[in-house]
Amino acid sequence: MQVLTENYQLYLNGIWTTLQICFYAGLLTLLVGTAVAGCRVSPLAPLRAFGTAWVTVFRNCPLVVVLFFMAFAIPTLGLNASYFVFGTIGLALYTSAFVCEAIRSGINSVSPGQAEAARSIGLGFTQTLRLVILPQAVRSIVPPLGSVMIAMIKNSAIAGAFGVGGDLYETGTRLSSAQGEAIVPVLLGVALGYLIITIPAGLLLGYVERKVAIAR
Amino acid sequence: MTDSVLYEAPGPRARRRARYASVVTALVLLAGLTWALYRFAAEGEFAYDKWGALVDPTNENFSALWTLLGGGLVNTLTAAGWSILFSLVIGTLLALTRITAAAWYRWAVVGVIELLRGTPVVVLIFFSAQALPAFGLDISLMWALVVGLTAYNCVIIAEIVRAGIAALPSGQSEAAYAVGMRRHQVMFSVLLPQAFRAMLPALISQLVVVLKDTSLGFTISYPEFVQRGEIAIENLGNQIQVYLVVAVVFILINYTLSRVAVRTERALSRGRKSSATAREPESAAATGD
Amino acid sequence: MRKGKLTAAAVAASTTLLLGACGGGSSSGGFSAPVAEDPSFEQGTTMAHYAEQGEITIGTKKDQPLFGLQGLNGEMQGFDVAIGEIIAGQLGIPADKIVWQETPSKNREKYIQDGTVDMVVATYTINDKRAERVSFAGPYYEAGQDLMVRQDNDSITGAESLRDSDAKVCSAHGSTPSERIREYVDESRLVLFDSYSKCADALSNGQVQAVTTDDAILMGLVSEREEDQFKVVGNTFSEEPYGVGIPKGDADFCEFVNESLRTAAENGSYAEAWNTTAGQVSERTPELPELRSCS
Repeated sequence: MQVLTENYQLYLNGIWTTLQICFYAGLLTLLVGTAVAGCRVSPLAPLRAFGTAWVTVFRNCPLVVVLFFMAFAIPTLGLNASYFVFGTIGLALYTSAFVCEAIRSGINSVSPGQAEAARSIGLGFTQTLRLVILPQAVRSIVPPLGSVMIAMIKNSAIAGAFGVGGDLYETGTRLSSAQGEAIVPVLLGVALGYLIITIPAGLLLGYVERKVAIAR
Repeated sequence: MTDSVLYEAPGPRARRRARYASVVTALVLLAGLTWALYRFAAEGEFAYDKWGALVDPTNENFSALWTLLGGGLVNTLTAAGWSILFSLVIGTLLALTRITAAAWYRWAVVGVIELLRGTPVVVLIFFSAQALPAFGLDISLMWALVVGLTAYNCVIIAEIVRAGIAALPSGQSEAAYAVGMRRHQVMFSVLLPQAFRAMLPALISQLVVVLKDTSLGFTISYPEFVQRGEIAIENLGNQIQVYLVVAVVFILINYTLSRVAVRTERALSRGRKSSATAREPESAAATGD
Repeated sequence: MRKGKLTAAAVAASTTLLLGACGGGSSSGGFSAPVAEDPSFEQGTTMAHYAEQGEITIGTKKDQPLFGLQGLNGEMQGFDVAIGEIIAGQLGIPADKIVWQETPSKNREKYIQDGTVDMVVATYTINDKRAERVSFAGPYYEAGQDLMVRQDNDSITGAESLRDSDAKVCSAHGSTPSERIREYVDESRLVLFDSYSKCADALSNGQVQAVTTDDAILMGLVSEREEDQFKVVGNTFSEEPYGVGIPKGDADFCEFVNESLRTAAENGSYAEAWNTTAGQVSERTPELPELRSCS
């Protein structure tokens, strides 16, 4: 266990990097996921097709494959950025499919009468969605969306392995393989680092869930 | 609610506008695609050198390459199969323990579930491959991967099972107790069979997750699909092409599985007219776990 | 160039067939290690055990051009593979009885300790930390950490020049080179992947300006790219004696491996092993380094 106290600075840096990846990826994936969900329920057939294709591809493809394309196919196109950017975008795109589905099923959970009523007083598609459906959908979107975000935090370990480096998981491989520390305490430290993030996130989610449930 | 409730059936003007918008969107997408294809072509990514071994059966490397990749796919499916099987059994047991456990040790079961749920699957795989031998458990790479995946997925399945049992009307267990059944009889002959039926789509969807996560086997060099792809790339130097094929295969398999899940969901809800609310078939799978 | 290399491998494979016909089937691309006939070992030694078993599991890398690379049809090639065959040959085990277990850097000690492999020949640098968990025979090759850059890059001349040119440097997760290079570059300029070939791709994309690891591995990366895309800087900043990893404390087996290496150096199979593998891109033929004592 000495390895934990000796290298706590490395672990803290790892947690910080993981949090940074998750923060940016989280923002981006919410934006993209919402946009794709908008596409999936939109009146325009090509947008719907695009949304469906997006979800099909990113939901069924392993994250490592998505990250590979970000890290190696995009630079081949002549677009260069740091691997932190590529890793974060890759993680966000992968997660956006799940964000989209969470939002879409939230929209579907609102009773059809609401939309019919909104339309009957003359609201258009975007108005119906923005003013009537989404505010009501939020409470059934929050729980799955929270799970999606927690899953994303855990998946950031894989993004860290794609050239980003310095995150919790990569810190663990560095300590155990390059510096030859005993594997069990090192990995317990890594697991602990993730739990420090995911368990409070889970508690927060539970709290928010109860909040929106009361608002009903 | 069907999506179309959100907007009016389009009139002639809206249809015309939709057509314009469609054409514009399609053009934008096409332009992006063309640019990407052009760039890839300029980089020689469509050269026969890079595709031949993958698509041309007369190519000298074709059969060797596909034997290599095919073996990897078999390994992927094998590991995924065992993982889902063990997850199912252990997950069900965990769920039952959690439900039936006395209060003084229920916190331990809940603790284990929360710990495993909060840890990335790649860490669990790495752990089972590297740390189990340190405890004297000598297992092959495949079993290390299966153990890692099972540790991660069994708690997810435990939650699915628990939710499935909790969703059953309480009249079911009350009636069972009333006809004199014992606790385990109520669980195994009344509650679990019904819960499993309702859970089936979610379970199939979880298979998609397991299958995708099997690709993390490459971190411990288990010769699964992606790792075999890497060996092919080492020999042929066509990484984008090989990864494209890997992606397409994964998407096809997982898409098929998802369709099966949806079909099962529909078949089940047709059988039970009472379930008026159309639930989404995915629960855990929908989170990208 | 990769296409060229495949054809070369095909030629090598057909040569192997010919060689195979006259005994001692080889899998390392043209190289064929001499196989001792009915060697005798003292009862109870590790050697006697392997010889009797007639089979040995050797851990090596499978993605390391020139040292340990698996071909499309499964055959193994490279200098490490050849060294493994030399040692197995001295035990009376022919090449086709060797089980090759892929052993990435981070698994090497573990596989030796838990018995997954009988020995490891996998660009395995001897150092004190590792020697706490395993024993080393050899070294059989003296490598050094170096840098690989694009052919047209003249600003990077060695590790010291990396900061000045603000270069991004790529290496592999959990590798010793990735630790050592931290002296010369800032954390933010360091890029880590799970394999060096991904680093090479990043270099050809212009995402990084240098790849760092042992010169031996860099040569392999240079060899498999189109001609003149990359070059090795040729200014090593470490000494990496490659050893054969064996279970901790087996001094007899260590002596035996050293003796096998000495024999191979004398009868020319060491040089042949080099020339048919790494020697194809390197101009020099290394001498067998001075072996360390087995205690």
